[in-house]
Amino acid sequence: MTKIIELKNVNKWFDKFQALKDVSLEVNQQEKIVICGPSGSGKSTLIRCINRLEEHQEGNIIVEGNEISENTKDIEKIRAEVGMVFQQFNLFPHLSILDNCTLAPIWVKKLPKKQAEEIAMKNLERVQISDQAKKFPGQLSGGQQQRAAIARALCMEPKIMLFDEPTSALDPEMIKEVLDVMVDLAKGGMTMIVVTHEMGFAKEVADNMIFMDEGKIVEKAKTKDFFDNPKSERTKLFLSQIL
Amino acid sequence: MELISKPNKQNLKTYLPIGTFFIFLGLLDVTLNAFAGIDISGFLPSKISYFFPIIIGFIGFYLIRVEFSGLRNLDILNKNINSNNFNAFLTLLTLYILIKSIPPLLNWFILDANFVGTSKDDCTGEGACWVFIKVWFNRFMYGLYPDPEQWRINVAFITLFALVGVTFFVSQKLKKYFILFLIFVYPIIAIKLISGGEFGLKYVETAAWGGLSLTFIISAFAIIFCFPIGVFLALGRRSNLPAIKYISIGFIELWRGVPLITVLFMSAVMFPMFLPDGTFIDKLIRVLIAITLFEAAYMAEVVRGGLQALPKGQYEAARSLGMGYWKMNVLIILPQALKLVIPGIANTLLALVKDTPLIFVVGLMELAGMIGLAKTNPKWLGMAMEGYVFAGLVFWIICYAMSRYSQRLEKRLSTER
Repeated sequence: MTKIIELKNVNKWFDKFQALKDVSLEVNQQEKIVICGPSGSGKSTLIRCINRLEEHQEGNIIVEGNEISENTKDIEKIRAEVGMVFQQFNLFPHLSILDNCTLAPIWVKKLPKKQAEEIAMKNLERVQISDQAKKFPGQLSGGQQQRAAIARALCMEPKIMLFDEPTSALDPEMIKEVLDVMVDLAKGGMTMIVVTHEMGFAKEVADNMIFMDEGKIVEKAKTKDFFDNPKSERTKLFLSQIL
Repeated sequence: MELISKPNKQNLKTYLPIGTFFIFLGLLDVTLNAFAGIDISGFLPSKISYFFPIIIGFIGFYLIRVEFSGLRNLDILNKNINSNNFNAFLTLLTLYILIKSIPPLLNWFILDANFVGTSKDDCTGEGACWVFIKVWFNRFMYGLYPDPEQWRINVAFITLFALVGVTFFVSQKLKKYFILFLIFVYPIIAIKLISGGEFGLKYVETAAWGGLSLTFIISAFAIIFCFPIGVFLALGRRSNLPAIKYISIGFIELWRGVPLITVLFMSAVMFPMFLPDGTFIDKLIRVLIAITLFEAAYMAEVVRGGLQALPKGQYEAARSLGMGYWKMNVLIILPQALKLVIPGIANTLLALVKDTPLIFVVGLMELAGMIGLAKTNPKWLGMAMEGYVFAGLVFWIICYAMSRYSQRLEKRLSTER
């Protein structure tokens, strides 16, 4: 197994508030990691540091052998290889679903339009909304929008996918359709880091679980051990509350 | 007591005809008064007679104000213009003023106006002297541009309008090239054609340019240039790089804080003093630059409003797909931000067009300036009213067209459901 992401003693502050405290983590290729924890525990900050939507102040983050810091020259190149799915979808409302999916491949990866559209249709097929390709984001339901957002990220053919609470903004009956897409993606061998409270999903796909609290990684364990036999009291308490 | 009971559903049958008759009487009185000079309430004291239509109409409206009368049209009327005494009064006052003001306006504009003739002496009527506009029309359109050369301006503008018209109808793919041509190439061709000096065309100095064509030339160039500069300033003001940020802020605040008339004066009178001897920049170009930079500062703030209205998630999504600063702004942020602020942009551009008359302070005469000049001509004294009404009408048509276009654009670009 090759290491694809490595975090070493990462510290991050928002002004005086320390959001990440001495976080270290290794992610191997094709590994699926689910991060859970109470709100404000630094889960989102952690994965947003991986593609530098947030800047960390101390420690090292290495993605595919590239150290990520303010000196990183081609941060865009690294971001192009790391797909991200947001809680609020963040589709581009002025573009159709198809254009949402082809924009970055055409302008960032410089693919010809035709090829970009083929890739886009393939991915929209995969998330089962190819029939909505010509519509605008505002015309789709929440679940469809989130699936479109996943397709948009996949169109860049990333090596890693980051999910920042992808189902938290959805109506309950739409959560499953998004999780199904994510399970399918996991089975396809994608390296995934998922911040979520969907423990059913975690049990099904995660190789490792991480529990965070107050900016620290409290517990990291194999999925089965994590649920059956949590070591820390804090984890036990959290699990008892959400399961 | 029963005789003057409140209007209700039972006595509607009696009150409705009486009320309608009163309102009709009021309208008849004011209409006859205004149009025919007949005063059917003349038997009353003069002050009461003057307001008789409003008083009688008010009583009429009171009598027909019945809630849920069962008559659909009456209900609609009551709900919209007769919901209470105050609204009934406003309705009547509006009608009163409208009807009273139509005859004098009609008389001045058309019925008593003079259309035929060649000099002020031909204007014998009480109304407007449109002969003034007719005689001076050429000057109002072309300024002091020599008569035999005016076809050049006509050709330039007719070609422009034709090209714009064609652009609306060609396919999406060609449209791009047409727009690029219109913005970057055509202005140069048009200016060459109008200024001349080459290709066997007689040179016409810019001091001779004027009238409505100058209004158009200045507006068009200022609009073309102030828009991109404004966008860059808006982006600059939100930049993370302190140098760019503070230069943008300084620029915007400087130009916004100075009156346009001062800027124009400085550009024409003081600016040349700082230039080395022998260098010469055309006055029109200096004025154009001044107006462009002035309006760009306003444009920047309008665009910045749009940039700030976009959710942070749009920036993050663009970044996470590997887009750099320029790709993110050009492809994702600006298209959305500009769409949001179309009303503000239209506002600024309308203000720009209406600011052009101020160039009179440096001796350039566009439409309003030419009118100002013409009305001081000894042979045409006392024509200020006609002139400025004409100018107002022309400006209104230009601005209303722009406003309608902006509304259309807004609708067309809308991607909401």
